Amino acid sequence: MTSDLGQTPSQTVGPFFGYALPFAGGPQLVAPSRADAVVLHGVVLDGDGLPVPDALLELWQADADGALVQRAGSRARELGRFTGFGRSAVDVDGHYEFATVLPGAVAPSTTGWALITVFARGLLHHLFTRAYFLDADAALPADPLLDRVDPARRETLIARADGPGSYRFDIRLQGEGETVFLEYADRA
Amino acid sequence: MSTSTGQDHGAVAGPALESQATIDAEVASIHERYAGRRANHPPRDFAPYRSSALRHPTHELVTLFPEEIERTSPAFGHVDVDPYESDLTIQHTGEPLGERMTVTGRVLDGDGRPVRNQLIEIWQANAGGRYIHKRDQHPAPLDPNFTGVGRALTGDDGSYRFTTVKPGPYPWKNHRNAWRPAHIHFSLFGQAFTQRLVTQMYFPGDPLFALDPIYQSITDPRARERLVAAYDHDETVPEFSMGYRWDIVLTGSTATWMEDEHDDE
Repeated sequence: MTSDLGQTPSQTVGPFFGYALPFAGGPQLVAPSRADAVVLHGVVLDGDGLPVPDALLELWQADADGALVQRAGSRARELGRFTGFGRSAVDVDGHYEFATVLPGAVAPSTTGWALITVFARGLLHHLFTRAYFLDADAALPADPLLDRVDPARRETLIARADGPGSYRFDIRLQGEGETVFLEYADRA
Repeated sequence: MSTSTGQDHGAVAGPALESQATIDAEVASIHERYAGRRANHPPRDFAPYRSSALRHPTHELVTLFPEEIERTSPAFGHVDVDPYESDLTIQHTGEPLGERMTVTGRVLDGDGRPVRNQLIEIWQANAGGRYIHKRDQHPAPLDPNFTGVGRALTGDDGSYRFTTVKPGPYPWKNHRNAWRPAHIHFSLFGQAFTQRLVTQMYFPGDPLFALDPIYQSITDPRARERLVAAYDHDETVPEFSMGYRWDIVLTGSTATWMEDEHDDE
């Protein structure tokens, strides 16, 4: 059945969100000094392979045990508790960096992943993707989404370890190596 | 002051920008291609908005049913937002210049159910059309009494209310003599991350609508109208402020597959 309520359309986040949306500690879901903290970092690139300097990323993930926190305080970093939500504007070189914990797997996935949402000037409607955290040489896990994606493009969904406690996840909006982006059907 | 011939005010020599007529013709051609088709959201590939050219994916998006992570959303509460943050006119020692206004409405899902206790963030230019953002080069005055950022949590009925001043239109460099219609940016969370929405609210009767490739990127005219607030005299406070009403509908569980299918073509 179709609802009579029409959805409110999306519009671009524009170039001037920088004084409004980023918040203190937004990229730090946990203190970087915590023993179990990991870095998730990368660059956002356009169709010419050039850095996008005015993108904003949001991260939403489970905790290390695979639990999703449903408790207020998602932008109140002074409380010092992990809520699974992060937000980071990229810098002039298109680079972002989150401090978080390795997400535990949430069924039906057997590997932990984070939901990444991309906003940018020039992007009329945000984009969703997933970052699956894998060791540098780990084979791709069996996964309902990864199994469906063109094998040649699966690696774009992988945040690969590039050092101790560090994972690299570049986002290519267009062109060679274009990241796999997702849209959702309303009901399973 | 600009003249009716659209002379460039203090323009710096640079590459020649295309005319409004060129943009208008491109918009008309795309609208013709989409005519009669329902679409809630703009196509990400919308050439008249020049910045979209290298920033839209060319592969089809992969459609999936949301899993638990995507069906949940971060939680916010009064530890995240102070109630005073919904009044943009009291953030400094003096009152901002401009037309004081309230904007109020409800946030609903596609079934008409209220989206409760969720975060709304807004940002906007001042009454002169200038953002406080350091990259805004429009030579209109900053207002020392106006930052232009607000936050609120929706109530149990999904309602919200902001007090602010009406933003001015401002020029940008998409094409020659390009001006954005006055708007307020809105960022919304729903009960699922799939409902996340960033958009812009416009004001009724703006003569710049027809000329703005961002507003016109929504190809379905019925959907475009949903971004325009209604003047509401019942919300106008005597001797104090103008009232506008704008309801927001996030992705809902009853939207059909057919509607979504056209969203991103």
